[in-house]
Amino acid sequence: MVRETAPRTVPTTAPDTAVTLCGIEMTNPVMAASGTFGYGREFADLYDIDLLGSFSFKGTTPKPRFGNETPRIAECTEGMLNSVGLQNPGVDAVISEELPALAEVFHKPVMANVCGGCPEDYAEVTEKLEIADAQNEAQRRPQIGWIEVNISCPNVKSGGMVFGTDPKAAASVIRAVRQKTKKPVIAKLSPNVTDITEIGRACEAAGADGLTAINTLLGMRIDLKSRRPVLANTMGGFSGPAVFPVALRAVYQLCRTVDIPVIGCGGIASAENVLEMMMAGAAAVQVGSANLVDPYACKGIIEELPRVMKQYGIKALQELTAQAQVR
Amino acid sequence: MKNDIMTIQSQRRLAEETYEMVLQLPHAGALTAAHTPAQKQHILPGQFLNIRLDGSYLRRPISICEWTEDTLTIIYKTVGRGTTKMSRMQTGEKLDVLWPLGNGYDLSSFGESGSVSQSAAQPLLIGGGAGVPPMFGLCRKLVETGVQPKVILGFRSAADVFYRNEFETLGAEVILTTEDGSAGIKGFVTDAMDGICYDSLFACGPEAMLQAVDEKAPAGMPGQMSFERRMGCGFGACMGCSCRTKYGSKRICVEGPVLERSEIVW
Repeated sequence: MVRETAPRTVPTTAPDTAVTLCGIEMTNPVMAASGTFGYGREFADLYDIDLLGSFSFKGTTPKPRFGNETPRIAECTEGMLNSVGLQNPGVDAVISEELPALAEVFHKPVMANVCGGCPEDYAEVTEKLEIADAQNEAQRRPQIGWIEVNISCPNVKSGGMVFGTDPKAAASVIRAVRQKTKKPVIAKLSPNVTDITEIGRACEAAGADGLTAINTLLGMRIDLKSRRPVLANTMGGFSGPAVFPVALRAVYQLCRTVDIPVIGCGGIASAENVLEMMMAGAAAVQVGSANLVDPYACKGIIEELPRVMKQYGIKALQELTAQAQVR
Repeated sequence: MKNDIMTIQSQRRLAEETYEMVLQLPHAGALTAAHTPAQKQHILPGQFLNIRLDGSYLRRPISICEWTEDTLTIIYKTVGRGTTKMSRMQTGEKLDVLWPLGNGYDLSSFGESGSVSQSAAQPLLIGGGAGVPPMFGLCRKLVETGVQPKVILGFRSAADVFYRNEFETLGAEVILTTEDGSAGIKGFVTDAMDGICYDSLFACGPEAMLQAVDEKAPAGMPGQMSFERRMGCGFGACMGCSCRTKYGSKRICVEGPVLERSEIVW
Protein backbone atom coordinates (compact mmCIF):
# COMPACT_ATOMS: atom_id res chain seq x y z
CA MET A 1 0.00 0.00 0.00
CA VAL A 2 1.35 3.33 -0.99
CA ARG A 3 1.73 5.50 1.96
CA GLU A 4 0.03 8.81 1.36
CA THR A 5 1.97 11.94 1.92
CA ALA A 6 0.76 14.20 4.63
CA PRO A 7 -2.39 16.00 3.52
CA ARG A 8 -1.49 19.20 1.80
CA THR A 9 -2.41 22.11 3.95
CA VAL A 10 -3.11 25.50 2.53
CA PRO A 11 -0.97 27.88 4.57
CA THR A 12 -3.51 29.87 6.48
CA THR A 13 -2.96 32.46 9.10
CA ALA A 14 -5.65 32.95 11.68
CA PRO A 15 -7.63 36.15 11.04
CA ASP A 16 -6.16 39.01 13.04
CA THR A 17 -8.76 40.41 15.43
CA ALA A 18 -6.37 42.75 17.25
CA VAL A 19 -7.06 46.49 17.29
CA THR A 20 -5.51 49.52 18.92
CA LEU A 21 -7.72 52.04 20.67
CA CYS A 22 -6.07 55.36 21.58
CA GLY A 23 -2.69 53.67 21.81
CA ILE A 24 -3.91 50.73 23.90
CA GLU A 25 -3.70 47.36 22.21
CA MET A 26 -6.69 45.03 22.43
CA THR A 27 -6.80 41.38 21.41
CA ASN A 28 -10.17 42.02 19.81
CA PRO A 29 -12.44 45.04 19.38
CA VAL A 30 -15.33 43.75 21.48
CA MET A 31 -16.08 45.60 24.69
CA ALA A 32 -19.14 45.32 26.89
CA ALA A 33 -20.98 48.64 27.10
CA SER A 34 -21.38 50.61 30.30
CA GLY A 35 -24.47 49.81 32.33
CA THR A 36 -24.87 46.30 30.96
CA PHE A 37 -21.88 44.67 32.63
CA GLY A 38 -21.82 46.15 36.15
CA TYR A 39 -18.23 46.08 37.41
CA GLY A 40 -17.69 42.68 35.81
CA ARG A 41 -18.49 40.41 38.77
CA GLU A 42 -21.72 38.85 37.53
CA PHE A 43 -20.14 37.84 34.22
CA ALA A 44 -16.82 36.68 35.69
CA ASP A 45 -18.86 34.00 37.48
CA LEU A 46 -20.02 32.73 34.08
CA TYR A 47 -16.95 32.87 31.83
CA ASP A 48 -13.35 34.06 31.67
CA ILE A 49 -13.90 37.77 30.99
CA ASP A 50 -10.24 38.17 30.01
CA LEU A 51 -11.33 37.10 26.55
CA LEU A 52 -13.08 40.46 26.11
CA GLY A 53 -11.26 43.25 24.33
CA SER A 54 -12.30 45.22 27.40
CA PHE A 55 -15.45 46.57 29.00
CA SER A 56 -16.75 49.89 30.19
CA PHE A 57 -17.86 49.74 33.79
CA LYS A 58 -21.11 51.09 35.22
CA GLY A 59 -21.45 54.89 35.06
CA THR A 60 -19.88 56.18 38.27
CA THR A 61 -20.70 59.41 40.10
CA PRO A 62 -19.05 61.18 43.07
CA LYS A 63 -21.68 59.97 45.56
CA PRO A 64 -23.73 56.75 45.65
CA ARG A 65 -26.98 56.94 43.66
CA PHE A 66 -30.09 54.79 44.03
CA GLY A 67 -31.36 55.84 40.61
CA ASN A 68 -34.95 56.25 39.52
CA GLU A 69 -38.10 54.61 40.88
CA THR A 70 -39.25 51.29 39.42
CA PRO A 71 -40.48 50.08 36.96
CA ARG A 72 -37.26 50.96 35.18
CA ILE A 73 -37.50 48.44 32.36
CA ALA A 74 -39.93 48.08 29.46
CA GLU A 75 -40.09 45.51 26.67
CA CYS A 76 -40.08 46.78 23.05
CA THR A 77 -39.95 45.21 19.61
CA GLU A 78 -36.33 44.10 19.15
CA GLY A 79 -35.23 46.16 22.09
CA MET A 80 -35.91 47.57 25.53
CA LEU A 81 -36.29 50.79 27.46
CA ASN A 82 -34.41 51.47 30.65
CA SER A 83 -34.67 54.33 33.10
CA VAL A 84 -32.22 53.03 35.70
CA GLY A 85 -30.84 56.50 36.29
CA LEU A 86 -27.17 55.79 36.96
CA GLN A 87 -27.55 53.66 40.05
CA ASN A 88 -24.01 53.14 41.34
CA PRO A 89 -22.18 52.88 44.68
CA GLY A 90 -20.18 56.09 44.17
CA VAL A 91 -16.54 56.49 43.16
CA ASP A 92 -15.10 55.84 46.64
CA ALA A 93 -16.77 52.42 46.90
CA VAL A 94 -15.78 51.66 43.31
CA ILE A 95 -12.14 52.33 44.21
CA SER A 96 -12.18 50.50 47.55
CA GLU A 97 -14.36 47.51 46.62
CA GLU A 98 -15.16 47.07 42.93
CA LEU A 99 -11.74 47.70 41.38
CA PRO A 100 -9.83 45.37 43.74
CA ALA A 101 -12.46 42.65 43.13
CA LEU A 102 -12.20 43.26 39.39
CA ALA A 103 -8.41 42.93 39.48
CA GLU A 104 -8.87 39.33 40.56
CA VAL A 105 -10.86 38.38 37.48
CA PHE A 106 -9.91 40.86 34.75
CA HIS A 107 -6.30 41.47 33.77
CA LYS A 108 -6.68 43.96 30.92
CA PRO A 109 -7.20 47.73 30.99
CA VAL A 110 -10.84 48.53 31.77
CA MET A 111 -12.75 51.57 30.55
CA ALA A 112 -14.00 53.78 33.39
CA ASN A 113 -17.36 55.40 32.69
CA VAL A 114 -17.72 58.66 34.63
CA CYS A 115 -20.79 60.81 35.14
CA GLY A 116 -22.08 63.67 37.25
CA GLY A 117 -24.47 66.59 37.58
CA CYS A 118 -21.93 69.30 36.70
CA PRO A 119 -18.45 69.41 35.09
CA GLU A 120 -16.88 69.45 38.57
CA ASP A 121 -18.52 66.08 39.36
CA TYR A 122 -16.99 64.49 36.27
CA ALA A 123 -13.62 66.02 37.20
CA GLU A 124 -13.87 64.72 40.77
CA VAL A 125 -14.61 61.13 39.72
CA THR A 126 -11.85 61.23 37.11
CA GLU A 127 -9.31 62.67 39.54
CA LYS A 128 -10.06 60.08 42.21
CA LEU A 129 -9.81 57.23 39.70
CA GLU A 130 -6.59 58.70 38.29
CA ILE A 131 -4.99 58.95 41.74
CA ALA A 132 -6.15 55.47 42.81
CA ASP A 133 -4.85 53.98 39.59
CA ALA A 134 -1.49 55.77 39.91
CA GLN A 135 -1.05 54.29 43.38
CA ASN A 136 -2.05 50.96 41.95
CA GLU A 137 0.45 51.35 39.13
CA ALA A 138 3.34 51.14 41.59
CA GLN A 139 2.41 47.50 42.22
CA ARG A 140 1.25 46.42 38.79
CA ARG A 141 0.22 47.85 35.48
CA PRO A 142 -2.61 50.40 35.42
CA GLN A 143 -6.08 48.96 35.79
CA ILE A 144 -7.93 51.77 34.05
CA GLY A 145 -7.14 52.21 30.35
CA TRP A 146 -9.56 54.88 29.23
CA ILE A 147 -11.95 57.39 30.81
CA GLU A 148 -15.33 57.32 29.09
CA VAL A 149 -17.28 60.50 29.74
CA ASN A 150 -21.01 59.86 29.88
CA ILE A 151 -22.55 63.03 28.49
CA SER A 152 -25.49 61.12 27.09
CA CYS A 153 -27.50 59.39 29.83
CA PRO A 154 -31.17 60.26 29.15
CA ASN A 155 -32.32 59.19 32.62
CA VAL A 156 -30.96 61.88 34.91
CA LYS A 157 -32.41 65.35 35.41
CA SER A 158 -29.13 67.20 35.65
CA GLY A 159 -25.98 66.16 33.86
CA GLY A 160 -25.93 63.26 31.42
CA MET A 161 -27.70 64.10 28.21
CA VAL A 162 -28.06 67.75 29.19
CA PHE A 163 -24.34 68.05 28.40
CA GLY A 164 -24.35 65.80 25.39
CA THR A 165 -26.93 67.74 23.44
CA ASP A 166 -25.14 71.09 23.48
CA PRO A 167 -21.67 71.48 21.90
CA LYS A 168 -20.49 74.11 24.40
CA ALA A 169 -21.66 72.13 27.44
CA ALA A 170 -20.14 68.92 26.03
CA ALA A 171 -16.82 70.70 25.51
CA SER A 172 -16.87 72.09 29.06
CA VAL A 173 -17.21 68.59 30.54
CA ILE A 174 -14.49 67.15 28.30
CA ARG A 175 -12.13 69.98 29.26
CA ALA A 176 -12.83 69.43 32.97
CA VAL A 177 -12.02 65.73 32.65
CA ARG A 178 -9.06 66.33 30.33
CA GLN A 179 -7.32 68.41 33.02
CA LYS A 180 -7.52 65.56 35.54
CA THR A 181 -6.13 62.62 33.61
CA LYS A 182 -3.35 61.52 31.31
CA LYS A 183 -5.42 58.57 30.14
CA PRO A 184 -7.28 58.68 26.85
CA VAL A 185 -10.60 60.52 27.26
CA ILE A 186 -13.56 59.10 25.32
CA ALA A 187 -16.79 61.09 24.97
CA LYS A 188 -19.92 58.91 24.89
CA LEU A 189 -22.38 60.70 22.65
CA SER A 190 -26.16 60.91 22.61
CA PRO A 191 -28.12 60.18 19.44
CA ASN A 192 -30.86 62.53 20.65
CA VAL A 193 -29.47 65.50 18.73
CA THR A 194 -30.04 67.12 15.35
CA ASP A 195 -26.42 66.73 14.23
CA ILE A 196 -24.19 64.33 16.14
CA THR A 197 -21.10 65.46 14.22
CA GLU A 198 -21.41 68.93 15.74
CA ILE A 199 -21.12 67.45 19.26
CA GLY A 200 -18.36 65.10 18.12
CA ARG A 201 -16.31 67.98 16.70
CA ALA A 202 -16.80 70.02 19.88
CA CYS A 203 -15.54 67.11 22.00
CA GLU A 204 -12.54 66.59 19.72
CA ALA A 205 -11.65 70.29 19.92
CA ALA A 206 -11.96 70.15 23.73
CA GLY A 207 -9.37 67.39 23.92
CA ALA A 208 -11.26 64.12 23.60
CA ASP A 209 -9.10 61.25 22.30
CA GLY A 210 -12.04 59.22 21.08
CA LEU A 211 -15.83 59.00 20.84
CA THR A 212 -18.38 56.32 21.68
CA ALA A 213 -21.51 56.42 19.55
CA ILE A 214 -24.24 55.96 20.58
CA ASN A 215 -25.93 56.00 23.97
CA THR A 216 -29.64 55.08 24.10
CA LEU A 217 -32.41 56.82 22.16
CA LEU A 218 -35.01 58.60 24.26
CA GLY A 219 -38.21 56.56 24.14
CA MET A 220 -41.48 55.76 25.89
CA ARG A 221 -44.18 53.08 26.26
CA ILE A 222 -47.72 53.31 27.63
CA ASP A 223 -49.53 50.44 29.36
CA LEU A 224 -52.91 49.91 27.69
CA LYS A 225 -54.67 48.70 30.85
CA SER A 226 -53.54 51.46 33.21
CA ARG A 227 -53.20 54.09 30.42
CA ARG A 228 -50.05 55.20 32.21
CA PRO A 229 -46.41 55.18 31.07
CA VAL A 230 -44.79 51.79 31.71
CA LEU A 231 -41.71 53.44 33.20
CA ALA A 232 -42.07 55.22 36.53
CA ASN A 233 -39.81 57.91 35.07
CA THR A 234 -42.15 58.19 32.02
CA MET A 235 -39.32 58.16 29.46
CA GLY A 236 -36.22 56.03 29.15
CA GLY A 237 -33.38 55.00 26.89
CA PHE A 238 -34.16 52.69 23.97
CA SER A 239 -31.55 50.07 23.10
CA GLY A 240 -31.27 46.67 21.45
CA PRO A 241 -31.02 45.37 17.87
CA ALA A 242 -33.64 47.89 16.68
CA VAL A 243 -31.21 50.80 17.17
CA PHE A 244 -28.32 49.25 15.23
CA PRO A 245 -28.96 51.16 11.98
CA VAL A 246 -29.14 54.44 13.90
CA ALA A 247 -25.84 53.69 15.64
CA LEU A 248 -24.18 52.64 12.40
CA ARG A 249 -25.28 55.86 10.73
CA ALA A 250 -23.91 57.94 13.60
CA VAL A 251 -20.56 56.12 13.48
CA TYR A 252 -20.37 56.60 9.71
CA GLN A 253 -21.09 60.33 9.98
CA LEU A 254 -18.62 60.83 12.83
CA CYS A 255 -15.81 58.92 11.16
CA ARG A 256 -16.08 61.25 8.19
CA THR A 257 -15.96 64.31 10.42
CA VAL A 258 -13.44 63.74 13.20
CA ASP A 259 -9.85 62.49 13.25
CA ILE A 260 -10.13 60.60 16.56
CA PRO A 261 -11.22 56.95 16.80
CA VAL A 262 -14.91 56.14 17.19
CA ILE A 263 -16.25 53.19 19.19
CA GLY A 264 -19.43 51.82 17.63
CA CYS A 265 -22.16 51.04 20.14
CA GLY A 266 -25.86 50.33 19.70
CA GLY A 267 -27.72 47.11 19.00
CA ILE A 268 -24.68 44.95 18.25
CA ALA A 269 -25.63 41.31 18.70
CA SER A 270 -23.45 39.33 16.28
CA ALA A 271 -19.97 39.11 14.76
CA GLU A 272 -21.52 40.32 11.50
CA ASN A 273 -22.71 43.47 13.28
CA VAL A 274 -19.14 44.02 14.50
CA LEU A 275 -17.78 43.86 10.94
CA GLU A 276 -20.48 46.22 9.70
CA MET A 277 -19.63 48.75 12.44
CA MET A 278 -15.94 48.57 11.58
CA MET A 279 -16.69 48.98 7.87
CA ALA A 280 -18.45 52.21 8.85
CA GLY A 281 -15.18 53.26 10.46
CA ALA A 282 -15.42 52.12 14.08
CA ALA A 283 -12.06 51.36 15.71
CA ALA A 284 -13.72 49.15 18.34
CA VAL A 285 -17.26 48.22 19.36
CA GLN A 286 -19.36 47.97 22.48
CA VAL A 287 -22.02 45.34 23.05
CA GLY A 288 -24.78 46.47 25.40
CA SER A 289 -28.30 45.11 25.77
CA ALA A 290 -27.33 41.77 24.22
CA ASN A 291 -25.47 40.97 27.48
CA LEU A 292 -28.73 41.25 29.42
CA VAL A 293 -30.66 38.84 27.23
CA ASP A 294 -27.77 36.42 26.70
CA PRO A 295 -25.10 36.68 29.40
CA TYR A 296 -22.69 34.88 27.06
CA ALA A 297 -23.30 37.34 24.17
CA CYS A 298 -19.81 38.93 24.14
CA LYS A 299 -18.11 35.55 24.44
CA GLY A 300 -20.16 34.20 21.54
CA ILE A 301 -19.44 37.21 19.32
CA ILE A 302 -15.69 37.05 20.02
CA GLU A 303 -15.56 33.33 19.29
CA GLU A 304 -17.50 33.82 16.07
CA LEU A 305 -15.34 36.69 14.77
CA PRO A 306 -12.53 34.64 13.12
CA ARG A 307 -15.00 32.45 11.25
CA VAL A 308 -17.07 35.37 9.99
CA MET A 309 -13.90 37.29 9.04
CA LYS A 310 -12.81 34.31 6.92
CA GLN A 311 -16.24 34.12 5.36
CA TYR A 312 -15.91 37.70 4.12
CA GLY A 313 -12.21 37.47 3.27
CA ILE A 314 -11.04 39.80 6.03
CA LYS A 315 -7.48 39.16 7.19
CA ALA A 316 -7.20 41.89 9.80
CA LEU A 317 -9.93 43.91 11.49
CA GLN A 318 -7.79 47.06 11.67
CA GLU A 319 -7.82 47.15 7.86
CA LEU A 320 -11.59 47.68 7.89
CA THR A 321 -11.32 50.77 10.06
CA ALA A 322 -8.41 52.13 8.00
CA GLN A 323 -10.21 51.57 4.70
CA ALA A 324 -13.35 53.29 5.95
CA GLN A 325 -11.33 56.32 6.96
CA VAL A 326 -9.62 56.64 3.56
CA ARG A 327 -12.89 57.02 1.66
CA MET B 1 -26.67 30.41 37.37
CA LYS B 2 -26.83 28.01 34.47
CA ASN B 3 -28.07 28.45 30.91
CA ASP B 4 -29.87 25.29 29.78
CA ILE B 5 -32.17 24.21 27.01
CA MET B 6 -35.15 22.51 28.65
CA THR B 7 -37.82 20.41 26.97
CA ILE B 8 -41.51 20.87 27.66
CA GLN B 9 -42.70 17.59 29.18
CA SER B 10 -46.28 18.69 29.70
CA GLN B 11 -48.46 21.75 29.82
CA ARG B 12 -52.00 22.20 31.09
CA ARG B 13 -54.42 25.01 31.77
CA LEU B 14 -55.05 25.28 35.52
CA ALA B 15 -57.41 28.24 35.78
CA GLU B 16 -58.33 31.51 34.08
CA GLU B 17 -55.22 32.63 32.12
CA THR B 18 -53.13 30.30 34.28
CA TYR B 19 -50.94 27.46 33.00
CA GLU B 20 -48.77 24.79 34.55
CA MET B 21 -45.70 23.69 32.60
CA VAL B 22 -43.37 20.84 33.48
CA LEU B 23 -39.87 21.25 32.05
CA GLN B 24 -37.49 18.35 31.52
CA LEU B 25 -33.92 19.17 32.53
CA PRO B 26 -31.20 18.44 29.96
CA HIS B 27 -29.37 16.06 32.29
CA ALA B 28 -31.30 13.33 34.08
CA GLY B 29 -31.00 13.52 37.85
CA ALA B 30 -29.61 17.05 37.70
CA LEU B 31 -31.69 18.18 40.61
CA THR B 32 -32.03 16.83 44.09
CA ALA B 33 -35.50 15.46 44.62
CA ALA B 34 -37.09 17.32 47.48
CA HIS B 35 -37.15 14.20 49.65
CA THR B 36 -33.43 13.56 49.32
CA PRO B 37 -31.32 15.26 51.96
CA ALA B 38 -28.13 15.48 49.89
CA GLN B 39 -28.16 18.28 47.35
CA LYS B 40 -26.77 18.20 43.84
CA GLN B 41 -27.99 21.40 42.23
CA HIS B 42 -28.80 23.59 45.18
CA ILE B 43 -32.27 24.97 44.70
CA LEU B 44 -34.57 26.76 47.10
CA PRO B 45 -38.27 27.56 47.02
CA GLY B 46 -38.73 31.17 45.90
CA GLN B 47 -36.04 31.01 43.22
CA PHE B 48 -37.00 31.66 39.61
CA LEU B 49 -36.25 30.94 35.97
CA ASN B 50 -35.67 33.53 33.25
CA ILE B 51 -37.04 32.21 29.97
CA ARG B 52 -36.21 33.41 26.46
CA LEU B 53 -39.24 33.42 24.15
CA ASP B 54 -39.43 33.83 20.39
CA GLY B 55 -40.84 37.21 19.52
CA SER B 56 -39.94 38.83 22.83
CA TYR B 57 -36.69 40.70 23.41
CA LEU B 58 -36.33 40.40 27.17
CA ARG B 59 -36.57 37.10 29.01
CA ARG B 60 -39.61 36.37 31.21
CA PRO B 61 -38.91 35.72 34.90
CA ILE B 62 -41.16 32.95 36.27
CA SER B 63 -40.99 31.49 39.76
CA ILE B 64 -40.24 27.81 40.33
CA CYS B 65 -43.24 25.97 41.77
CA GLU B 66 -41.63 22.63 42.54
CA TRP B 67 -39.01 20.22 41.24
CA THR B 68 -37.97 16.59 41.02
CA GLU B 69 -34.60 15.11 40.09
CA ASP B 70 -35.34 15.58 36.40
CA THR B 71 -38.03 18.23 36.12
CA LEU B 72 -39.01 21.75 37.10
CA THR B 73 -42.64 22.82 37.37
CA ILE B 74 -43.67 26.41 36.74
CA ILE B 75 -47.07 28.04 36.92
CA TYR B 76 -47.56 31.29 35.04
CA LYS B 77 -50.27 33.71 34.00
CA THR B 78 -50.69 34.84 30.40
CA VAL B 79 -50.20 38.54 31.00
CA GLY B 80 -48.85 39.56 27.60
CA ARG B 81 -47.82 38.39 24.15
CA GLY B 82 -44.78 36.45 25.39
CA THR B 83 -46.55 34.33 27.97
CA THR B 84 -49.58 33.87 25.68
CA LYS B 85 -47.26 32.42 23.04
CA MET B 86 -45.67 30.24 25.70
CA SER B 87 -49.07 28.85 26.69
CA ARG B 88 -49.50 27.56 23.12
CA MET B 89 -46.22 25.65 23.09
CA GLN B 90 -46.43 21.87 22.76
CA THR B 91 -44.85 18.93 24.55
CA GLY B 92 -41.36 18.33 23.14
CA GLU B 93 -40.70 21.98 22.27
CA LYS B 94 -37.66 23.56 23.87
CA LEU B 95 -37.02 26.65 25.96
CA ASP B 96 -33.79 28.57 26.63
CA VAL B 97 -33.65 29.02 30.41
CA LEU B 98 -31.37 30.85 32.85
CA TRP B 99 -31.72 29.24 36.29
CA PRO B 100 -31.89 29.02 39.23
CA LEU B 101 -32.03 32.77 39.92
CA GLY B 102 -32.62 34.79 43.08
CA ASN B 103 -32.01 33.99 46.73
CA GLY B 104 -35.11 31.93 47.61
CA TYR B 105 -36.63 31.47 51.05
CA ASP B 106 -34.17 31.01 53.90
CA LEU B 107 -35.27 27.97 55.89
CA SER B 108 -32.17 27.72 58.06
CA SER B 109 -34.16 28.78 61.14
CA PHE B 110 -36.14 25.53 60.96
CA GLY B 111 -33.32 23.38 62.29
CA GLU B 112 -32.91 19.64 61.89
CA SER B 113 -35.64 17.51 60.41
CA GLY B 114 -37.71 15.79 63.09
CA SER B 115 -36.41 17.93 65.93
CA VAL B 116 -38.69 19.28 68.64
CA SER B 117 -38.44 22.79 67.25
CA GLN B 118 -39.68 21.46 63.90
CA SER B 119 -42.91 19.96 65.18
CA ALA B 120 -43.57 23.02 67.35
CA ALA B 121 -43.02 25.56 64.55
CA GLN B 122 -46.16 27.20 63.22
CA PRO B 123 -45.38 28.94 59.95
CA LEU B 124 -48.16 30.66 58.02
CA LEU B 125 -47.84 30.67 54.22
CA ILE B 126 -49.81 33.25 52.23
CA GLY B 127 -50.01 33.23 48.45
CA GLY B 128 -52.00 35.63 46.31
CA GLY B 129 -52.74 34.83 42.64
CA ALA B 130 -49.50 34.47 40.71
CA GLY B 131 -47.77 34.45 44.11
CA VAL B 132 -49.18 31.01 44.94
CA PRO B 133 -46.67 28.81 42.98
CA PRO B 134 -43.52 29.50 45.06
CA MET B 135 -45.62 28.87 48.19
CA PHE B 136 -46.22 25.32 46.98
CA GLY B 137 -42.52 24.45 46.76
CA LEU B 138 -42.01 26.09 50.13
CA CYS B 139 -44.91 24.19 51.68
CA ARG B 140 -43.60 20.87 50.40
CA LYS B 141 -40.12 21.62 51.68
CA LEU B 142 -41.50 22.47 55.13
CA VAL B 143 -43.73 19.40 55.27
CA GLU B 144 -40.78 17.19 54.34
CA THR B 145 -38.76 18.54 57.24
CA GLY B 146 -41.56 17.80 59.68
CA VAL B 147 -43.23 21.19 59.85
CA GLN B 148 -47.01 21.54 59.51
CA PRO B 149 -47.61 24.89 57.79
CA LYS B 150 -50.95 26.65 57.57
CA VAL B 151 -51.73 28.09 54.14
CA ILE B 152 -53.93 30.95 52.97
CA LEU B 153 -54.53 31.15 49.22
CA GLY B 154 -56.11 34.27 47.77
CA PHE B 155 -57.64 34.68 44.32
CA ARG B 156 -59.97 37.14 42.58
CA SER B 157 -62.71 34.61 41.89
CA ALA B 158 -63.47 30.85 41.74
CA ALA B 159 -62.35 30.71 38.09
CA ASP B 160 -58.84 31.79 39.12
CA VAL B 161 -58.34 29.19 41.85
CA PHE B 162 -55.60 26.60 41.37
CA TYR B 163 -53.56 24.11 43.45
CA ARG B 164 -55.93 24.02 46.43
CA ASN B 165 -56.05 20.22 46.27
CA GLU B 166 -52.29 19.96 45.73
CA PHE B 167 -51.65 21.89 48.95
CA GLU B 168 -54.15 19.72 50.83
CA THR B 169 -52.52 16.56 49.47
CA LEU B 170 -49.27 17.72 51.08
CA GLY B 171 -51.14 17.69 54.38
CA ALA B 172 -51.34 21.44 54.81
CA GLU B 173 -54.34 23.14 56.36
CA VAL B 174 -55.63 25.38 53.53
CA ILE B 175 -57.89 28.43 53.81
CA LEU B 176 -59.17 29.80 50.52
CA THR B 177 -60.28 33.38 49.91
CA THR B 178 -61.75 35.04 46.84
CA GLU B 179 -62.43 38.73 46.40
CA ASP B 180 -65.95 38.11 45.08
CA GLY B 181 -66.76 35.27 47.46
CA SER B 182 -67.35 32.75 44.65
CA ALA B 183 -65.12 30.26 46.49
CA GLY B 184 -63.95 30.07 50.10
CA ILE B 185 -64.05 33.11 52.34
CA LYS B 186 -65.18 36.34 50.67
CA GLY B 187 -62.48 38.97 50.91
CA PHE B 188 -58.71 39.28 50.92
CA VAL B 189 -56.09 36.97 52.41
CA THR B 190 -55.83 39.34 55.37
CA ASP B 191 -59.48 38.60 56.22
CA ALA B 192 -58.46 34.97 56.80
CA MET B 193 -55.55 35.80 59.12
CA ASP B 194 -57.73 36.46 62.18
CA GLY B 195 -57.82 33.62 64.65
CA ILE B 196 -54.94 31.69 63.07
CA CYS B 197 -52.13 30.72 65.40
CA TYR B 198 -48.72 31.23 63.78
CA ASP B 199 -45.21 32.20 64.78
CA SER B 200 -43.60 32.97 61.40
CA LEU B 201 -44.82 34.30 58.09
CA PHE B 202 -44.04 33.60 54.44
CA ALA B 203 -45.82 35.47 51.67
CA CYS B 204 -45.79 36.02 47.92
CA GLY B 205 -48.24 38.08 45.89
CA PRO B 206 -48.98 41.61 44.69
CA GLU B 207 -47.14 44.29 46.65
CA ALA B 208 -50.39 45.77 48.02
CA MET B 209 -51.26 42.33 49.43
CA LEU B 210 -47.81 41.93 50.97
CA GLN B 211 -48.07 45.29 52.66
CA ALA B 212 -51.54 44.53 54.01
CA VAL B 213 -50.28 41.18 55.34
CA ASP B 214 -47.31 42.89 56.97
CA GLU B 215 -49.58 45.42 58.69
CA LYS B 216 -51.92 42.69 59.94
CA ALA B 217 -49.22 40.37 61.28
CA PRO B 218 -47.80 40.98 64.78
CA ALA B 219 -44.92 43.46 64.70
CA GLY B 220 -41.54 41.84 65.10
CA MET B 221 -42.66 38.35 64.09
CA PRO B 222 -40.12 36.71 61.76
CA GLY B 223 -41.22 36.65 58.16
CA GLN B 224 -40.07 36.57 54.57
CA MET B 225 -41.80 38.03 51.53
CA SER B 226 -41.13 37.54 47.85
CA PHE B 227 -41.36 40.57 45.57
CA GLU B 228 -42.02 41.03 41.89
CA ARG B 229 -40.34 43.64 39.69
CA ARG B 230 -39.93 44.22 35.99
CA MET B 231 -36.47 42.89 35.22
CA GLY B 232 -33.99 43.48 32.46
CA CYS B 233 -31.52 40.64 32.88
CA GLY B 234 -32.52 38.67 36.00
CA PHE B 235 -28.94 38.09 37.13
CA GLY B 236 -27.81 41.40 38.60
CA ALA B 237 -26.22 43.22 35.68
CA CYS B 238 -28.70 45.92 34.66
CA MET B 239 -29.91 47.37 37.97
CA GLY B 240 -33.44 47.45 36.52
CA CYS B 241 -35.18 45.84 39.52
CA SER B 242 -33.55 47.63 42.45
CA CYS B 243 -35.51 48.33 45.60
CA ARG B 244 -34.78 50.20 48.80
CA THR B 245 -34.39 48.22 52.02
CA LYS B 246 -33.42 49.22 55.54
CA TYR B 247 -29.96 47.88 54.73
CA GLY B 248 -29.52 49.78 51.48
CA SER B 249 -30.42 49.12 47.89
CA LYS B 250 -30.98 45.52 46.80
CA ARG B 251 -31.48 43.92 43.40
CA ILE B 252 -34.72 41.91 43.46
CA CYS B 253 -33.18 39.43 41.01
CA VAL B 254 -30.09 38.63 43.11
CA GLU B 255 -30.48 39.78 46.73
CA GLY B 256 -34.23 39.07 46.33
CA PRO B 257 -36.89 38.21 45.35
CA VAL B 258 -37.26 37.17 48.99
CA LEU B 259 -36.70 39.90 51.59
CA GLU B 260 -36.76 39.56 55.35
CA ARG B 261 -39.80 41.29 56.80
CA SER B 262 -37.52 43.33 59.08
CA GLU B 263 -35.67 44.95 56.14
CA ILE B 264 -38.63 45.87 53.94
CA VAL B 265 -39.31 49.54 53.24
CA TRP B 266 -42.92 50.04 52.10
